[in-house]
Amino acid sequence: MKRFQGTATYIASRDLEVAVNAAVALQRPLLVKGEPGTGKTVLAQEVARALGMPLIEWHIKSTTKAQQGLYEYDAVSRLRDGQLGDPRVHDIANYIVRGKLWDAFESEVPVVLLIDEIDKADIEFPNDLLLELDRMQFFVYETRQTVTARHRPVVIITSNNEKELPDAFLRRCFFHYIRFPDRETMERIVHAHFPGIRQELAREALNVFFQIRGVDGLKKKPATSELLDWLKLLMIEDLPAEVLRSQDPRTAIPPLYGALLKNEQDVHLFERLAFLSRRQQGR
Amino acid sequence: MLAHFILALRAAGIPASITEYLTLLRGMKEHVAGYSVDDFYHLSRATLVKDERHLDRFDRVFGEVFRGLEPPEGDPQREIPEEWLRRLAERLLTEEEKRQIEALGGFDKLIETLRQRLREQKGRHQGGSKWIGTGGTSPFGAYGYNPEGVRIGQEESRHRRAVKVWDRREFRDLDGDIEIGTRNMKLALRRLRRFAREGAATELDMADTIRSTAKNAGSLDLRLVPERHNAVKVLLLLDIGGSMDDHVRLSSELFSAVRSEFKHLEHYYFHNCPYERLWKDNRRRRDTEVPTWEVLRKYGPDWKLILVGDAAMSPYEIREPGGSVEHWNEEPGRVWLQRLTGHFRRSAWLNPTPREHWDYTLSIGMIHAIMEGRMFPLTVAGIEAMTRELSR
Repeated sequence: MKRFQGTATYIASRDLEVAVNAAVALQRPLLVKGEPGTGKTVLAQEVARALGMPLIEWHIKSTTKAQQGLYEYDAVSRLRDGQLGDPRVHDIANYIVRGKLWDAFESEVPVVLLIDEIDKADIEFPNDLLLELDRMQFFVYETRQTVTARHRPVVIITSNNEKELPDAFLRRCFFHYIRFPDRETMERIVHAHFPGIRQELAREALNVFFQIRGVDGLKKKPATSELLDWLKLLMIEDLPAEVLRSQDPRTAIPPLYGALLKNEQDVHLFERLAFLSRRQQGR
Repeated sequence: MLAHFILALRAAGIPASITEYLTLLRGMKEHVAGYSVDDFYHLSRATLVKDERHLDRFDRVFGEVFRGLEPPEGDPQREIPEEWLRRLAERLLTEEEKRQIEALGGFDKLIETLRQRLREQKGRHQGGSKWIGTGGTSPFGAYGYNPEGVRIGQEESRHRRAVKVWDRREFRDLDGDIEIGTRNMKLALRRLRRFAREGAATELDMADTIRSTAKNAGSLDLRLVPERHNAVKVLLLLDIGGSMDDHVRLSSELFSAVRSEFKHLEHYYFHNCPYERLWKDNRRRRDTEVPTWEVLRKYGPDWKLILVGDAAMSPYEIREPGGSVEHWNEEPGRVWLQRLTGHFRRSAWLNPTPREHWDYTLSIGMIHAIMEGRMFPLTVAGIEAMTRELSR
């Protein structure tokens, strides 16, 4: 069995590696939680790449039903076809639309299945998938057939904590909480994504970034994904590192702040801080 | 031995089940953890803890159960660095004492004394020197010295590294029982949102579709109905001013966050205890005052009432007419509170004062009784309990 060890572009902490490997070895779903922007969704892509398996992504919305992951019976088009006299109408199997779970179960090779943001859906959603994820099989009533997984897929489930997940569901998963990376890890992440980045720029940018995160009262603290976006912008604009150094975030708004601060109130907060500190210096 | 570990976890309130225990055993059989204690810690955490609020509790239990499993790294006594002791000495001793020590034989002598004391404490306190610098459990704190002394260890990243991974307790601020700060405020409100859920989808109305298709002489006519949804209406009454000033920031954070989570949400302010008038805007209080009777008439019994206040006041303010500190009230606060809780089918009181201090204030007990026990601390766990109470 191949082991997951983090990849060139994804720095995984040791506890995350153990959790992923446990989920792969015991064929149980892995539930990943954490601050937005800490790489929950990317984890599935990287696991798929590291294990050399295809990735099937199922993104959950507030209106998604568990049944849609298995299959849907398209009664409406069958009715239409019936009115138009289409011969296809006699076989109900023509109107069964496969869901992502079905795709994952029927795949010839083992796959990684990502169920993204499971907490967005209705509160019953995880309960409706209990048996399917446990036994990795389900029954199609319309055609009286049982779909069983050829290879149990590696299931990775992400949650943003908007809803509590039921205990029965949790008991069947492994759980990992992605902590916000410390500075050292963050440096490794930056270098993994931008191997050619100037040392100086990276250092100053990280200084500004952690200072911004340290400001109290921010509605949305910038996370890893925001930092990487911002660095990309800085590198495209080719700003010298001095620009960052001269601008302490308490006295001025960092350049290209739009990538870091996503909230009007947060920008206002920064403008106010900058104004206050300028006034203090003026005295 | 592992069964003992699971029982300890359950005793600490982590709902680890037998299924998870078996999963852990299978994981070890499959050599997921290899032979390292750190990996075992990671594996058991991923298997047994399913909620980040329990991570800190898990770390503590793990530390207790598996204490001493790791071989000791050298003589712990010798590991206490010199500068550490020096700084400790500067903090612990007054100028006068320092002069005395100077007279006794200088700083080296003093360090020797401190070393001596440390050794004594090791004997007396279970944790021993292992716990130095891990916050809260350090023998220094336990011995009654200035608690500042404990923090020395935490500032030094060098020492943190010497501490085992579960001893760092990095998930402490995720624990559900600590008071709500900016970090876990959002989390708490998501619990609130759970009962404010609204469905937007539409579903096929079978009966109507058949009827109207038949009417249409067999040509298909789809009929959809909006999916049933549960729209929760919340009336929020916030205590402002006076003893609440400490908590105003907290309650306003709560309030502003709540506003984005609910569609039907109204708020009013009161001071200490609601009387015959409430107001909408604290800065323009006189202009925005509304008789409480009007509020009771305007919002039906299906609204959920949440009062936020520390309930710290003089008992007269609850018990007696004219007890209010601001104006002459014809009827005591108790009557108004009973009117409010009688009118709304579901109501609760959120109190930012930590639960363990409630028994020291008479008025908190009185309001607790008026609310028939539906007073909850303003913590993530408290909000959760309140949500359960309100949505029953």
